[in-house]
Amino acid sequence: MTEQPLLVLKGVHTHIGRYHILQGVDLEVYAQRVSVLLGRNGAGKTTTLRTILGLWRASAGEISFDQHRLNTLDPPAIARLGIAYVPENMGIFSGLSVRENLLLGTGPKGFRNSRLEEVLASFPLLREKWNLPAGTLSGGQKQILAIARAMMLPRRLFVVDEPTKGLAPAMVDVLLDAFLRLKEGGATILLVEQNFAMAATLGDDAAVMEDGRIVHVSSMAALAQDEALQTRLLGLSLASHQ
Amino acid sequence: MKPSERTLPVLLVLLIAALGFAAMPFTDWLTLSAAGLAMGMMLFLMVAGLTLIFGLMDVLNFAHGAFITFGAFAAGTVFARFPQLVASDRWEENFLILALAALAAALLSGALGFGFERVAIRRVYGAHLRQILLTTGALIVAEQLAIVIWGPDAIPVLKPAGLRGSFLIAGAAIEKYRVVAALFGLFVFLLLQGILAHTRIGIIVRAGVENREMVEALGYRIRPLFAGVFVAGAALAGIGGAMWATYAATVTASLGSDLTVLIFIVVIIGGLGSVGGSFLGALLVGLVTNYVGFLAPKLALLSNILLMAAILLWRPRGLLAAGGR
Repeated sequence: MTEQPLLVLKGVHTHIGRYHILQGVDLEVYAQRVSVLLGRNGAGKTTTLRTILGLWRASAGEISFDQHRLNTLDPPAIARLGIAYVPENMGIFSGLSVRENLLLGTGPKGFRNSRLEEVLASFPLLREKWNLPAGTLSGGQKQILAIARAMMLPRRLFVVDEPTKGLAPAMVDVLLDAFLRLKEGGATILLVEQNFAMAATLGDDAAVMEDGRIVHVSSMAALAQDEALQTRLLGLSLASHQ
Repeated sequence: MKPSERTLPVLLVLLIAALGFAAMPFTDWLTLSAAGLAMGMMLFLMVAGLTLIFGLMDVLNFAHGAFITFGAFAAGTVFARFPQLVASDRWEENFLILALAALAAALLSGALGFGFERVAIRRVYGAHLRQILLTTGALIVAEQLAIVIWGPDAIPVLKPAGLRGSFLIAGAAIEKYRVVAALFGLFVFLLLQGILAHTRIGIIVRAGVENREMVEALGYRIRPLFAGVFVAGAALAGIGGAMWATYAATVTASLGSDLTVLIFIVVIIGGLGSVGGSFLGALLVGLVTNYVGFLAPKLALLSNILLMAAILLWRPRGLLAAGGR
């Protein structure tokens, strides 16, 4: 790959309390590609995403996004660079309505009609639930809301943590469609995903984590074809998901 | 929160009022209900900021009572400085002096809140034990400071002449000042609700109470917002203190610490971080205090503790958990 990566992590370490979670993470995310971060539970995937977002401070190493050193910035400043975050717990505000949740994803001028219409056309159920408290939505609907909120502004990078966790298969298909549309639109996505079938469908690049380090980097296609590698790195294979 | 979960606490307030209605003669009930509503509204003014700062930044501020005390003294000082306006029989001059007193209370307490947040509170984010020690100490220091400035004796606070006396409604005597206090408290509640529900900053505050981290990940800075809420909360507490002192016709340096337990009871009953919950909690405390004080005076001191225990057995997170308005 010849172009410059959009996001680069070099030797990133993160401590949470006395625990040394990330132990020298090296990762590159390229523009207009979907990079999937894989690994067993506890490998450090969520910590990596949260460290990129500044929600946990890197104790050593470099994180750069375009020309910016993210290590020195706080979460609001990082978000304002155009990085959208969809956390594992979705980060939906239950007491706020669907409209208010979406409004928080917009800039200071509020809703832009064209963007809003585009998002609502992608997720029509949000129009139906417009004034309902987000707490009354199902898990899958909340996930859709979280992704729609991230799409309310043009973003340079989407950081998404396990969007299909605990969702019914029908809802997984809806999300997959949404991510495919994002991908077709040229979005850059860093995705943590346990559902290997979805990861294989969406991903361009794959990185596998183990014990706080990246232990394998390849194209997603190469990993998806190598069952022995999948079993060795992830303890399961794509075939077991189909 | 489902609509029914919001409705039940409102019904509880009405139930308490209905129980009072059934337990005493109508005229007594009307007088005590008006007193309870006025007391509740004044308590609400004092706690609205406290509950939001806890919800937003997880800060336990036991020094909140100091803002009440200084607001009360500011009002007392303004009343003493303009006795002709206090004694005037023209209603516009009476309201002018009330507005001046409220403004002085809000400015003094708000300024104290601004300084206290910058100098002390910022150092103890995320450390509950240090917050308790620091803010409890600050309350003691503030009380002593009030004694140094205004002296150890109670200072009389005369109500404006037009607000003395009572209205006679259906045979019941209802103090004019209580009506004004209740209406003003209701106005502030509706204003706060309007801001929280319909402005972008209000929506960010409500979101921050639920999940501060996610609000920051969306690009909003919580700390300046918190500082603003802290100052506004201190200013409101100052106005509440001014109204309370005018209602009680006296102010002492221990006013804030005397009210601290009561305001925390209101916040806990309402649900930490919920302005609407605090409003309902304050009304409940106001009504129960007045009804029980009349029906079973020996239980009066205990009534609010029992009320809080009963509410927490029913809803362990308070009437309206954070995230509700």
